[in-house]
Amino acid sequence: MKNIKYIMSLVVLSAITLSCSNDDDFTPTPGATGPDFSGVYTQQDQMGRPAVNTVFVSGASKNMFNKTIPSQQSSAFQAMFQANLEGLSPAYANPGDTNALGLTSAEFTGLLATDVLNVSLDGTTTFFDGTNVLTGRNLTDDVITVELILIFGGEAGLTNPEFPGLSNDNVDGNDKAFLTGFPYLASAW
Amino acid sequence: MKNMKIYLGIGVAVVAGFFLVAADHIDAPAVAGGTSDITDFYAFQGENTDNLVFVANLQGLLSPGSTADAAFDENVLIQFNIDTNQDNVEDLVIQAIPRDGKMYFFGPAAPTTTGLNSSILSEDNSGVVTISQYGQSPEIEEENGMTFFAGPRDDPFFMDFARYGDIIAGNETEFANPGSDTFAGTNVMSVVVEVPKSMVGSSGTINTWITTKRKQ
Repeated sequence: MKNIKYIMSLVVLSAITLSCSNDDDFTPTPGATGPDFSGVYTQQDQMGRPAVNTVFVSGASKNMFNKTIPSQQSSAFQAMFQANLEGLSPAYANPGDTNALGLTSAEFTGLLATDVLNVSLDGTTTFFDGTNVLTGRNLTDDVITVELILIFGGEAGLTNPEFPGLSNDNVDGNDKAFLTGFPYLASAW
Repeated sequence: MKNMKIYLGIGVAVVAGFFLVAADHIDAPAVAGGTSDITDFYAFQGENTDNLVFVANLQGLLSPGSTADAAFDENVLIQFNIDTNQDNVEDLVIQAIPRDGKMYFFGPAAPTTTGLNSSILSEDNSGVVTISQYGQSPEIEEENGMTFFAGPRDDPFFMDFARYGDIIAGNETEFANPGSDTFAGTNVMSVVVEVPKSMVGSSGTINTWITTKRKQ
């Protein structure tokens, strides 16, 4: 996770200040002249953690996963997640195999099957920074490598992954520097 | 590596979609490529550490040439969901919906109903921002302690998913080093809202997720 620190320092160095305009404060206009906010809106897509629907949900169930509320996802999808994880990665081939978090395939997919992003209100927010785990998601977090380590890395995935060629995509940062301040994301290409 | 290929062969069926998508880009047939397709969700502590920042990205893989024509859909409600008591049911929501070139924000406030159907919390308006135009400086508004942005940005996601596709297809056995960011040079439609932490809790952990909902 050295790269994350490196990237973070790059981001700090690339601070850019943005100007704001405060000339059109929102005063709602009741009645016919205001925007119409009436009606019922029905769910089409949802996402908590990165790549969960993509990796762990079988093709025929992807739409259903997007329309299953998080509190019901684990009972509906954990078994599918576990089967797909074990089918994808030989790092869970033996009974008792765990990943770098010490989680078996059942435990790991039990965590992932409720697809919400946990966010700490008390300090560091990161998907994983070497110390903090699942306390948020920063723009700079190399979430795919973290997930590859947890899928293919085995017990010592952080230092000595079982399948090193599959445990890091070797893309460690974005193609444009992020901003230190709002809106944080880089300008469009 | 023979066993590896067998395993990866099995994996093809599992992760076929992974070639086309990554974080949540075009993750499911019903939403792929549409105006309600979520590509990514981020939640992190702000530059002001008393604040949290929520980012929802939609409509991924926009080329620079197509970004100026991309637009938010007035029939698609973008909703940040916040569970404050660990039952994975939203206790608070922040809603964003476009009207006539502006993005309107509501909450954080308790939703009238939880789950798959939502109505807009029009009594809980918190701010509005002009939707930024491609190639222009970002329009940013600060109201009620919150800060708002809506418009095109660089896709912050990065991954060598082309190589991953080659691995799954059996054409390669491992990632390249260095890898190549498949999302380099592409844009998304982004909504960014920064809120005081005090509006969504006091301490501990909240659970969050993003949903898009279409007007019926």
